[in-house]
Amino acid sequence: MLTIKNLHASIEGTPILRGINLEVKAGEVHAIMGPNGSGKSTLASVLAGREEYEVTAGEVSFKGKDLLDLSPEDRAREGVFLAFQYPVEIPGVSSTNFLRTAVNQVREYRGEEALDAVKFLTLMKEKMKLVEMDQKLLSRALNEGFSGGEKKRNEIFQMAMLAPTLSILDETDSGLDIDALRIVSNGVNQLKSKDNATIVVTHYQRLLDYIVPDFVHVLYNGQIVKSGTKELALELEEKGYDWIKEEVDSKATV
Amino acid sequence: MSTLIKQDILVELLANAGTGFEQVRATGKEAFQAQGFPTNKSEEYKFTAITKKIEQSIQNFAAAGAFEVTAAQVKEHVFEGYAGDVLVFANGHFQPELSSTVDGVEISPLSDKANTALGSIAKPEKDPFCALNQSSFDGGIFISVPKKAQIQKPILFLNFFQANAGQVIQPRVWIEAGDFAEVTFINHSVNFSDASYFVNKVVEVKGGVNTQIRYYKLQNEGKNAIEVSNIETDIQKDGRFTSVNVSLSGEMVRNNLSLNILGSNSEGNMYGLYLLNGKTHVDNHTNVDHTVAHAESNELYKGILADSSRGVFNGKIFVRQDAQKTNAFQQNNNILLSEDAVVNTKPQLEIWADDVKCSHGCTTGQLDEEALFYLQARGIAKDQAKGLLLYAFAGEVLEHITDESFREYCIAKVQERLGSNF
Repeated sequence: MLTIKNLHASIEGTPILRGINLEVKAGEVHAIMGPNGSGKSTLASVLAGREEYEVTAGEVSFKGKDLLDLSPEDRAREGVFLAFQYPVEIPGVSSTNFLRTAVNQVREYRGEEALDAVKFLTLMKEKMKLVEMDQKLLSRALNEGFSGGEKKRNEIFQMAMLAPTLSILDETDSGLDIDALRIVSNGVNQLKSKDNATIVVTHYQRLLDYIVPDFVHVLYNGQIVKSGTKELALELEEKGYDWIKEEVDSKATV
Repeated sequence: MSTLIKQDILVELLANAGTGFEQVRATGKEAFQAQGFPTNKSEEYKFTAITKKIEQSIQNFAAAGAFEVTAAQVKEHVFEGYAGDVLVFANGHFQPELSSTVDGVEISPLSDKANTALGSIAKPEKDPFCALNQSSFDGGIFISVPKKAQIQKPILFLNFFQANAGQVIQPRVWIEAGDFAEVTFINHSVNFSDASYFVNKVVEVKGGVNTQIRYYKLQNEGKNAIEVSNIETDIQKDGRFTSVNVSLSGEMVRNNLSLNILGSNSEGNMYGLYLLNGKTHVDNHTNVDHTVAHAESNELYKGILADSSRGVFNGKIFVRQDAQKTNAFQQNNNILLSEDAVVNTKPQLEIWADDVKCSHGCTTGQLDEEALFYLQARGIAKDQAKGLLLYAFAGEVLEHITDESFREYCIAKVQERLGSNF
């Protein structure tokens, strides 16, 4: 579904990603871990099309298309979904109007009929249950005055509404208490199918108790330096990142 | 010194002014001659070089006078779904045969009301353009809403402007409302020419005890027109006055809005939106004078500026020594969409009382790129996402318009602007 080859990206001339290679197939869950500043969030942002990042080399193909060639909105319409690390508060834009515009633009792109108000509300009610979303939140402006946990739940709710094929969760667990973490993970797990894939970007292993990955990759200095199964995450939890850094740095000096 | 100030421009204008109001006009003339056109040293007109603009565009200072407006034109320019009354003006001259009569409201041409205390609210010595209008206004209307009258339907001033380059239009409006009266006015202008004419308008609103007056204005001037508007009101005990001003176009527009809070437990609200493009220059000067205790004023002006447009906001709040327990709030927010757009914003608070709540704030920035990306990342096209964000920004002002058809009309105009020009 997603193939990343030798991806290099920089921000304001500073290289952040230095040759990422990754293959994600339908039905898989990949975890991307790594110390602070290793490039995890940059990778998520580059895949979603954030403009500040400049791709300097490499290619990304998504369902056979050149992902890097698409605008952020077209990536979303093709089925890429980024759950933001810091969801943006947008005063004056109602959550419901925003979602309806988004859902219908995505549907139009996919050649599906726009949802009328009744069908949209039905879909919304159904998906709200998934993340135990309070109706009251949706009558407010988008993310405005939401708590950290509410914002993250709203991300997963939007993900449910847009039915992506590739979901990228950028540190969705950060700042969540255990109840919110359970609700959010539960939502993500229910949305999993054999046809879609998930990339979980996280600093901590804790989330992976709830969203169990098929593969774990360690990102360091802009490269994937180690890949393994969920046991690798447990090892990282126990030993920290230093042994990986040492392993990589010693190789580099040889 | 400006060459305009040297010329006796009043000769021509006064020659055209109707009869009556001799004393009023003489006072206006005197006040104008004392002040002259504002120079570039004038603090009040520091960011708006209006005298220079007038010198460039207006040569002979002749009044444009009335012209014929047809019923079909009136029909065409009333908003869809509008259910209120309509008063039609041609270059400031009232057209009774095209206008509604409003049940319970006295409406007459100013020329029939020679005893009207013009200049008693909008005092000519405070502003040269106010003085100029008082010396030589042309046409005008008198409106009196009697005590306790609840005028449910709004009254629309439909102003048709047609002038040649260099001509001057000086409308004058007097509104008085008896105690406990309630009324809503909508001011809308339609221009039939792209010439560089000059509109210099004065509106005086005399409120009573517990009156509720709303005054909405949509400014959609001809692209080469210069407009100066002075609106001033006296707010009495328990009274409320709400102004909403939406500016969309014109070569140079200056709005002076002054609220005199003269009675306690009263409220003055000023809301404004300016969506500017091209080279349009819009200057909003507001002034609220709290002279008594226990009153409130609220102000929110928002601007979106594209191309090389220019916005000026100057918000004065005076809280006099007797005006304890005043609540005065002021906010001005701007979004600049281009490198060449400029906003000068200046809150000006003078507080002499010691037990008050006053706040002011202003922001000027670009469209929030992070918010834009967030919307795009959910599949919303960039242009539409921009429109959504800008409309969300602007909508906060429009929601203060209570008449639905006018609000919808403004929303449509704003959305059209956000969709096409920005």
